[in-house]
Amino acid sequence: MSDPFGAIGGWLMGLLQSLGLEAGPARFILQFAAAGFLATILLLSTLFTIWAERKIIARMQDRLGPNRVGPFGMLQSVADLVKLVTKEVIIPAGADKLVYMIAPLLVVTSVVAIWAVVPLAPKLIGSDVNVSVLYIISVGSIGTLGIMLAGMSSNNKYALLGAFRTVAQMLSYAVPMILSLLVPTLLAGSMGTVAIVEQQRAVPFFLLAPLAAVIFFISSLTEVGRAPFDLAEAESELVAGFHIEYSGLSFGMFFVAEFLHAFTIGALTATLFLGGWQGPGVEQFPLLGLPYFLLKTLAVYFLLIWARATFPRVRIDQLNSLNWKFLTPLALAVLVVSAVTDKLASELGWNRILANLAGEGVIVVGALMGLWAYARSLRRRQESLRAQVTPSRATGAS
Amino acid sequence: MLQPWIFIALLLPLGIILPGVAIVANQLLGPHKPNPAKTSTYECGIETVGETWVQLKGQYYIFGLIFLIFDIEAVFLFPWAVAYDKLQLYMVLEGVLFILILAAGLVYAWQKGALEWV
Repeated sequence: MSDPFGAIGGWLMGLLQSLGLEAGPARFILQFAAAGFLATILLLSTLFTIWAERKIIARMQDRLGPNRVGPFGMLQSVADLVKLVTKEVIIPAGADKLVYMIAPLLVVTSVVAIWAVVPLAPKLIGSDVNVSVLYIISVGSIGTLGIMLAGMSSNNKYALLGAFRTVAQMLSYAVPMILSLLVPTLLAGSMGTVAIVEQQRAVPFFLLAPLAAVIFFISSLTEVGRAPFDLAEAESELVAGFHIEYSGLSFGMFFVAEFLHAFTIGALTATLFLGGWQGPGVEQFPLLGLPYFLLKTLAVYFLLIWARATFPRVRIDQLNSLNWKFLTPLALAVLVVSAVTDKLASELGWNRILANLAGEGVIVVGALMGLWAYARSLRRRQESLRAQVTPSRATGAS
Repeated sequence: MLQPWIFIALLLPLGIILPGVAIVANQLLGPHKPNPAKTSTYECGIETVGETWVQLKGQYYIFGLIFLIFDIEAVFLFPWAVAYDKLQLYMVLEGVLFILILAAGLVYAWQKGALEWV
């Protein structure tokens, strides 16, 4: 079978039409069912990812993790869900009621909507629009808006501070993310995710622009707002940050959105840089595309968890310096070098992979030299400070 | 042309309705007994002092401004990236020139100290 998903769609279509429906309404009902199925599966998938993340982090920290409810503690998230459903939804005094209740919904919908343009397998995609990359950026920023609204409507200083940190963090990191998203767009010559995946048949873009993939990974890690970049909800500083006043499932929705967003970042990285559903044997058996895609997604998701378990939280000035003074110039350089080398390679007949990798190598050397010079200037400053302090201290002691 | 957008138009409201239903179910299933102590602002157990809308650093605003500039410039770059396959080398270099102007803006903001966290 060359197109199993199309065949299933056609069969369902025939079934609906045999019930006496016109082609138009039948297609509408099918799409509605597909959208509902996708959204439900995504929201329920967090029950699994939360368990997996807790288990993996526990193992990395030499603990057991959830191990009481169900086999390997797999039903722990279900138990947590039941507990959250029976909790009281508290609306704090002085809160902006409407905004306070809408904010978690906005955060969830921004993540769910991204999946409309993620190709899961050959010819299995919600909607193949020709501006997918732009759509991902714009829909993703609704989540930032939701977090800001949550912090501002809670009538709480900690929540407000969390919301303001969100501005500094998530807005800033959108810049290198957008710039790194331009690289697969120009390598594929299209903004559509389906076209981008098709173009990676011969070679995944990770091999053509590894730096762009790394920049995208780091900046989207910040967009998710989890460790090491969880400043908006830093527990040791802001209690819980923007969702401090939330309880019950409206808090749970922030939790669901965060974990689903992390999983989505895995899916996006897999789609844009690792070739999506591409893999050996996909032409003969399109069904293989789904396992390939899930495997790549889970691999990137594991990296996210690994980063969370490894790195300590950064300070806000470090966070902003990293973004504006390192990642943004780096992303600009990657964009320029990728554009020029890829064009030169196609015009002069060079090997595409080698030319692009050489260009990236030049950037890496340049970035390392810049970092080295910066570190040396920091050391100099510290040494001169120490030289100023030590003699006066010696005279003071004598 | 508009066919693919139907799915998105269906998925976006579903993304709001499904969690909305869950929260409504929570409100129906869970208890509802508010009292002044419960609904008061939680700030580490100490009663909150003064207004919530305290003044915050102006730095946040400056970062917001720089973001706005870069965001708009990036939107201009997307058509260039989409047409990349059909471009001659000199057209690619014109795009590069645009990016360099953008980079000059970043250098200017850097020199002015707008990127420092003070």
